[in-house]
Amino acid sequence: MSVEQKVKEIIMDELGVDEAAVVPEASFINDLGADSLATVELVMKFEDEFDIKIEEDEAEKITTVGSAIDFIKKQLGE
Amino acid sequence: MKRRVVVTGMGVFTALGTDVEEFYNNLLNGVSGISTIERFDTAEMSVKIAGEIKNFDPEKYFERNEAKRLDRFTQYALIAAESAIKDCGMDLNTVDRDRFAVITASGIGGMETWQTNYKVMLEKGPRRVSPLFIPMMISDIAAGRISMKWDLKGPNYSLTSACASSGHAIGTAYRTIQYGDADFAICGGAEAVITDLAIAGFANMKALSTRNDEPQKASRPFDKDRDGFVMGEGSGMLILEEYEHAVKRGAKIYAEMAGIGFSGDAKDIVAPDPEGNGAKRAMLAAVNDAGIKPEDIDHINTHGTATPTGDYAETAGIKLAFGDHAYKIAINSTKSMTGHLLGAAGAIELIGTVKAVQTDTVHPTINLDNQDLPACDLNYTPNKFINRTVKYAISNTFGFGGHNASILVKKFEG
Repeated sequence: MSVEQKVKEIIMDELGVDEAAVVPEASFINDLGADSLATVELVMKFEDEFDIKIEEDEAEKITTVGSAIDFIKKQLGE
Repeated sequence: MKRRVVVTGMGVFTALGTDVEEFYNNLLNGVSGISTIERFDTAEMSVKIAGEIKNFDPEKYFERNEAKRLDRFTQYALIAAESAIKDCGMDLNTVDRDRFAVITASGIGGMETWQTNYKVMLEKGPRRVSPLFIPMMISDIAAGRISMKWDLKGPNYSLTSACASSGHAIGTAYRTIQYGDADFAICGGAEAVITDLAIAGFANMKALSTRNDEPQKASRPFDKDRDGFVMGEGSGMLILEEYEHAVKRGAKIYAEMAGIGFSGDAKDIVAPDPEGNGAKRAMLAAVNDAGIKPEDIDHINTHGTATPTGDYAETAGIKLAFGDHAYKIAINSTKSMTGHLLGAAGAIELIGTVKAVQTDTVHPTINLDNQDLPACDLNYTPNKFINRTVKYAISNTFGFGGHNASILVKKFEG
């Protein structure tokens, strides 16, 4: 599974949203119904699923679907 | 000036029934809700039985993403609250929600959430503890969640006094309406501690029955062969409403709230005052608050947990409070069928008491085959329900720490 697809599935599962809504520019809080605690959980899930570490200052910048995909790809050296 | 307060809605979610009619019919018919625990492996446990709600699927009641943000006790609270709100027949759009209080109780709170997260911390480290751990676990979150779900903006909090918690919550909600701080309240309790850690803790106190091979016979208040209480779980919620408002909207009125009595034993962390003085003071305070005489009491729904010390102390307290009249009171224990719902016990038992007052029936104490005489020599309504006029009734709850709450309800007569 591609990184994009896996990230999308994690977001769909964590936030209970449809795939159609999970577009790159969608903001977790403004568009996908997440609150601040849900975004913390999302980042934890990314760390677990991709076996990476996301520092707090970096986590704060992951606010949209696209920014999550870009960051994780970079971490994985893709 | 004190205002009159009536009960206009009730909801339950327990192993003995998930609506009030089913629940009360099972109580009248002496059905036991106790069974073998299925939720976790009890192989190493001395206690393998509880009043466990079987086949509970939170996604039947909540969106999946909502359900996973709610500890089980809050799920139970929201389900019972929804039933109570529906039952009271009030169109929430027609009332001032700033005047709607939510006062709930839980003896312990989100035990499952606590355990799950502590396990995560031990296995994966502190970085993996859920950011929702705290807001799911805190015992007041049920009150908060109820307010959010129905946009209820009056006084809102939760209180804790172990097994007396929901007695205190309901009593406090009654006062809140009586003195004009709100016109309506949803009040009651929720508990969900059928977990390995909690059962191990209670079992090691030697508080729980180990009659594992006969679950339905395990909860035996006032019986010689009792060996402790049985854990239960679930929620009970009541809608209290200011009398004039209830009458004006043509509400179905189950009963009238008549008085409350709270007291402290100041004796021991877990054992009740053996002389029953704390229980006596709570019951008499409720009688005084109602402005009636001790001889007016027809029925007492006891705390009745089926621990020897508890049964003795409560019986002694009833005799101290009521003298010879104690022998004329129809007494029972709901816990003989539901087990002990801790911080939700007072709520589901008051619902049983309200039904007694409404229908002139007193449900039995089951498993009372061999009454523990001479200490327990009152009329505990053994094994079969009775029909009798119930004008005034008391529901008792007593908690670890020596907290006592007696709630007095009265037949509604206009």
